[in-house]
Amino acid sequence: MQDFANADLIVIEGSNMAEAHPVAFQWVIEAKKRGARVIHVDPRFTRTSANADRHIPIRAGTDIVLLGGVIRHVLDNELFFKEYVQAYTNASTIISEQYADAEDLDGLFSGYDQETSTYDNSRWAYAGDPDDIARGLPERDETLQHPRSVFQILKRHYARYTPQMVQDTCGISPEDFAYLATAIAENSGRERTTSFAYALGWTQHQGGAQMIRTAGVLQLLMGNMGRPGGGVMALRGHATIQGSTDIPTLYHILPGYLPMPKVGQDDFAEFTRAIGKKEQKGFWANADIYAINLLKAWWGENATAENDWGYHHLPKLTGAHGTYQTTMRMLEGGVDGYFLFGQNPAVGSANGRLQRLAMSKLKWMVVRDFYMIESATWWRDGPEIESGELTSEEIATEMFYLPAANHTEKAGSFTQTQRMVQWRDQAVEPPGDARSDLEFMYELGRRIREKLQDSTDPRDRPILDLTWDYPLGEHGEPEAEAVLAEINGRHLSGERAGQPLSSFGEMRADGSTDGGCWIYAGVFADGVNQARRRTPGQEQDETAADWGWAWPANRRILYNRASADPQGRPWSERKKLVWWDEEAGSWTGHDVPDFPLTKRPDDPGDPSQGGAAALAGTDAFTMQSDGRGWLFTPTGLVDGPLPTHYESPESNIPNPLYSQQSNPTRVTFRDENNLSSPGASGRGGEVYPYIFTTYRITEHHTAGGMSRFLPYLSELQPEMYCEVSPELAEEVGLEPYGWATIISARSAIEAKVLVTERMKPLQVGERTVHQIGLPFHWGRGTEAIVQGDGANDLIGMNLDANTQIQNSKNNSCTLIPGRRPRGPERNELVEAYRRRAGLIDAEHPAVDGAAGAPGAGPADSETPHHVRGPEEASAAPTGEASMKEMRNR
Amino acid sequence: MARLTFLDWPVLRQLRGADPTGRGSAVTSATTRETVPRTVTADGVVDSICPYCAVGCGQRVFHKDGRVVQIEGNPDSPVSRGRLCPKGAASQQLANSYLRQTTVRYRPPYATRWEDLELDVAMDMIADRFIEARRAHWQDEDEQGRPLQRTMGIASLGGATIDNEENYLIKKFFTAAGAIQIENQARI
Repeated sequence: MQDFANADLIVIEGSNMAEAHPVAFQWVIEAKKRGARVIHVDPRFTRTSANADRHIPIRAGTDIVLLGGVIRHVLDNELFFKEYVQAYTNASTIISEQYADAEDLDGLFSGYDQETSTYDNSRWAYAGDPDDIARGLPERDETLQHPRSVFQILKRHYARYTPQMVQDTCGISPEDFAYLATAIAENSGRERTTSFAYALGWTQHQGGAQMIRTAGVLQLLMGNMGRPGGGVMALRGHATIQGSTDIPTLYHILPGYLPMPKVGQDDFAEFTRAIGKKEQKGFWANADIYAINLLKAWWGENATAENDWGYHHLPKLTGAHGTYQTTMRMLEGGVDGYFLFGQNPAVGSANGRLQRLAMSKLKWMVVRDFYMIESATWWRDGPEIESGELTSEEIATEMFYLPAANHTEKAGSFTQTQRMVQWRDQAVEPPGDARSDLEFMYELGRRIREKLQDSTDPRDRPILDLTWDYPLGEHGEPEAEAVLAEINGRHLSGERAGQPLSSFGEMRADGSTDGGCWIYAGVFADGVNQARRRTPGQEQDETAADWGWAWPANRRILYNRASADPQGRPWSERKKLVWWDEEAGSWTGHDVPDFPLTKRPDDPGDPSQGGAAALAGTDAFTMQSDGRGWLFTPTGLVDGPLPTHYESPESNIPNPLYSQQSNPTRVTFRDENNLSSPGASGRGGEVYPYIFTTYRITEHHTAGGMSRFLPYLSELQPEMYCEVSPELAEEVGLEPYGWATIISARSAIEAKVLVTERMKPLQVGERTVHQIGLPFHWGRGTEAIVQGDGANDLIGMNLDANTQIQNSKNNSCTLIPGRRPRGPERNELVEAYRRRAGLIDAEHPAVDGAAGAPGAGPADSETPHHVRGPEEASAAPTGEASMKEMRNR
Repeated sequence: MARLTFLDWPVLRQLRGADPTGRGSAVTSATTRETVPRTVTADGVVDSICPYCAVGCGQRVFHKDGRVVQIEGNPDSPVSRGRLCPKGAASQQLANSYLRQTTVRYRPPYATRWEDLELDVAMDMIADRFIEARRAHWQDEDEQGRPLQRTMGIASLGGATIDNEENYLIKKFFTAAGAIQIENQARI
């Protein structure tokens, strides 16, 4: 966070940082005080824009064209950081002859399978001898001239992303574009750095991962990765949303970004080789060690070399099992029980109506929260009760509401957005029946183990063999520090038996160590809770290394070897961070160096050894299998090795680049309540002519579970509203502070009207594009202090194929004055517009959500749907097809 | 009470004293003068972190008689330097809002209202249902006979505002039980 102050230019795009992360925004202001420029790119003019040097309004979902335009600008005008690009990126790497670009195939990359809407990414592999590629030594052309070099492919790929294209796609004037492109070019290089900040304004798109990637490509080209005041900062929105990705409650990964095993991965060695091969460069070569230590932490003495450390206890995936796939499974009656841990999907998840209907099909549900959130009360006061679709007397779902302890009533750690783990001390005991989730989970596990203790069923072995004995506090709650110590790992035998690991480098593959999350090894080094360190900031330098603990190894800026030139000298005095100290024979600096400490800058690396030893002294990207920053990603993404622009499925604008209108790998679900507008790809799109985009405001938090029940915050922001431009208000006939009804292909909601010049209609080609802003914090129930219609009810469950995250930021709607109808008439209104748009299955089979839609998965849900998992982002690219059997549902 | 003289007339008192503009000590009542901040009368204070967004602002939690009485920004934090946003500044109400739930609530199938339930009983019922759902939707293998060793009968969502240690136990236990539909706000 503090590192923003070191930037010379901060581009905030896809985020309203001043409003959603106001305290972090002080570092942007600090940078401004030091002379930095701030540019805000966003559909709306917000508090962030008000503090920026320039606000550039953009049509939602066109960021790849804008940043692709900047990439073209810096390549064509030779403004990129050549020395950095040659040394630290894969620009010189030559790509397989089988590769064909989206520019050659009208919007598709080579390897696309129409049947399954997926790619065979073996067509995007590096060229060269397979053994050399596995060792991170593909064919290269250091002059960057080879026509199949990444550099030349990149140049061709973005050749059409001209300022004119930017104007015709994004609605951004050539003057604004030049301002942005020039600012980035002028504030990059040896002496200066540019930082990017984004949030859900990028993530929540179909194609969101590729938007973020575009910034990554640009930052690599400009030499802004691993350097002070550089990088691409994800501004995340929940106290430990970073921690819950590192130590995940996510279907597709295990702690430390190890993938969950998939069906057919019955050989442990093959499983770990798919994550990282022993002969590849960098730290993923030790994937087997990380996996063994995790299994050892979970199954203790029952994890042995003979039983592959308990690997076969792990369940197997057969496809994507994300929260939206689970919603569909619930609707089909395939899920009995559902636990919510501080989560309010009735308001916070896309297609709220389907979420609530899905919950009505459960046998039982456990809600753990501080307040009576809408996800706990939908069965008595939800919108479907009001409309008459559901009646309490007919809902079989058994509800358990268990009050939860809050952050002051338990000790534990959060990992904030920059990977820093911070410990909280306990202030008071939780009131009444309130308990921490730690105690709940421990106690539930203890009871289940007790009930199963005499079981001889082999299916119960994984539960019974589990290590589940934590020291208890005076009230019977497990000690959170003991759990953190398990996450950290310890020596199990030898002289240091019982002592915590001080780094993941101490982990062994022979069962003599364990560790629940390898990247967190060191958080309990020396038996000290490092996350609890609180040396005041004012007593430390800017890095503040003695406050909390950042994974890995308390390192604050990743890949910081790249802050020095290939010879190991800082690129400039001004941007000094980590450098090679010849006298001491080691790397040193203001941060923990992200490099083997004594490896000289001119070390050629030892390819015969693999791992860290195989890294050359200039291989700054130590997690990548070839030690380079990837401009071109041969593995890891399911929708292409380079970011390319597609329109959202509901967009009324034809894709100006290709006849391929939308992302060909997009994921959707067949359901009459999950239909999309056909947009420009069919008649009827004009029924939903406006774009709506959702957002947060300072005074509320996500689905309101932690804000709409607090008097102060409710008073500050009492009502759901929509932001519209004066032009749109006039076109539709909306009165300021009156009501509007917003209708999408999924639902209709009402909101108070805020007419504001902050919303500007954009000219995109011949069309005037109107965008509407909708905060998403409100929901319908009777328990919160304030309530209102939920914006997420309007949004379809249409997902990005890489992340399985829904497209919230770019959907289509229409707008009428006045309040929405009550009761069953609400659905009738939605239905009337659907009919007008021809959104009836039989008439419009190709519409997303209908039977013939791409990405809806094969007709027979038992047929495997091939998708390569995103968890293998760093896997060594090979010529082999690296398909994993996945399916959307 | 001492006898009042004309010198005690408020306007004269104000002009004679250290506060001639009447915006400070001259206009305070005895109650105001005796009021002290809750942070002074608190039994203690612990260091904490804001539970809302992922910036990770430092908080100081003041408590008295087993209750949180005030939460302030921690000036020592190198991230936040003592600042809190409106949510962080309101987080004392997160603990003390009159809408805070402190007892277990139970709604049987088809019921129209909540009922009371002992926590211990509730935990036991949930454990039983977990075991039943796990078995009812257990899958030993796929249609090609390959091992799956999992259950589709149980799902979970949440964990971005709870603790790392809590997420760790959720993932550990649910995975060992073969439940794979374990999800988080990070997917949303």
